[in-house]
Amino acid sequence: MTGFSRRSMLVATGSAALAGCERITTSPTVRKVLTLGEKATLSGQRFLTDRNALAPEFAPVDISPRFRVNGNFLPRSPDFAAHLAKGFADWRLEVSGLVRRPLRLTLAELKAGPQRTQITRHDCVEGWSAIAEWTGTPLASILKMAGISDKTQYLVFHCADDFSGMPFYESIDLVDAFHPQTILAHTMNRQPLPVAHGAPVRLRVERALGYKQAKYVMRIEAVASLAGIYGGKGGYWEDHSGYQWFAGI
Amino acid sequence: MTANSASVTSQNGEDSPCGPLVYRISLPVRIWHGINALCIFVLLMSGATIFNAHPRLYWGKAGANFDHAWLAAGRNGEAGFLRVGQIEFNTTGFLGHTPYSTKAIPPLLTIPNYYSLAEGRQWHFFFAWLLVVSITAFLIYSLCSKHLRNDLLPRWKEISPSRLWKEIVAHVRLRFASGHAAKGYNPLQKLAYLGVIFGLIPLAILTGITMSPNLNAAFPWLLDLFGGRQSARSIHFICSAALCLFIFIHLLMILAAGPLNEMRAIITGWFRLPQAQENRP
Repeated sequence: MTGFSRRSMLVATGSAALAGCERITTSPTVRKVLTLGEKATLSGQRFLTDRNALAPEFAPVDISPRFRVNGNFLPRSPDFAAHLAKGFADWRLEVSGLVRRPLRLTLAELKAGPQRTQITRHDCVEGWSAIAEWTGTPLASILKMAGISDKTQYLVFHCADDFSGMPFYESIDLVDAFHPQTILAHTMNRQPLPVAHGAPVRLRVERALGYKQAKYVMRIEAVASLAGIYGGKGGYWEDHSGYQWFAGI
Repeated sequence: MTANSASVTSQNGEDSPCGPLVYRISLPVRIWHGINALCIFVLLMSGATIFNAHPRLYWGKAGANFDHAWLAAGRNGEAGFLRVGQIEFNTTGFLGHTPYSTKAIPPLLTIPNYYSLAEGRQWHFFFAWLLVVSITAFLIYSLCSKHLRNDLLPRWKEISPSRLWKEIVAHVRLRFASGHAAKGYNPLQKLAYLGVIFGLIPLAILTGITMSPNLNAAFPWLLDLFGGRQSARSIHFICSAALCLFIFIHLLMILAAGPLNEMRAIITGWFRLPQAQENRP
């Protein structure tokens, strides 16, 4: 047998094997079975982790010299451009949905309330990590101000940015929403939050991966269910790329 | 039934040219081996997909593109490279750049066989759970059944430096135990299996858990133990490389020692004792 035909045979066998693999990985049944792992992870991790257990905090010396910008670095909407031009003077954080007192908070009002500063590690789902100091308003204090109803199960963060016209959004459950380290950060490393990192405010939910840390937060919506919101899976990455809603690992 | 208490069947007497069949591997061990092998293969291949998302490794608490990576794989144009420390290898055609892919690890070696970090993670975590459950069950079984004490733990005299050196020389020359001495595992085999079961797999599980930001809140001591999340990620990767090396040698030894006999043993439990090789220089 010549080298060439042996090679084509190898390629043909390889392609057949790959086609077989692809049939397995794209099968809906297989995908459904695999989600059992995700469910076990959520239940297992919630069981093992005290709801108020704090993510590790670091010393100023640990702060990354350069913090990688990921996802969008400048929302393209004209509304956002207008807010940016005015230094977010007319910007309001809306709190709506299943709340007794819907809110429209200015940046100054956010900063006037209780504040928390923490040096924490940001872990991208891709594998890299960076450490920064964040200052912001605890989400719990905003939720208390708004008075969320007993029916609330999730908080949805609607953001100013989009991917190919599809708006970015994320969601967390009440365990993470009322966690003491969950803040709406307006300050990063003692400077106003840079636009590339999500100005005017971004969510910091420190026990979750990077894709949960929604940037450019415009509106927080208290909801009973994630069904019916965009793709229904609780976030842009969950809807469009199949990332796990629970991003604890 | 365990290796040292292996029974010799009567239909194959000691004078048989092939040597007697012995029942060497119990059913629970065979079932565990199958599940474990499947888990390790899927975890290595889905882990390769996850590695492809950011094929750079760091030491310490944090690390990203602007930080020093002790290992990096990728491509410069159409040239694939693997850099370890200061040494750079050209890996065009294997890693970093192949005619079919521009990812660090090519699709032939990943699950799924196209780049999808989200799907790679689904596979990885499902089989990670299966691995944790199966190795826990195996450890309980091997303690209760004395599989650990009788078959896996080496005797002191087996791990004396001179004995180990003799074993290494014999293995390199592909000469294996025969007759009665082949009923149990040899010292190198015992050490390799113990290293994987009590070393590499638990270490891979613990360093995997250490990469979870949520579990960092529950068990912050794991970060101190491994020297930070990025160190844990590096150790996790080193564990997987060591497992690849183990699998390679494990399969090589099966081929050298008689693949049919070894395959029968791991599937049915019955192992034919090799006859002594005589008149060999």
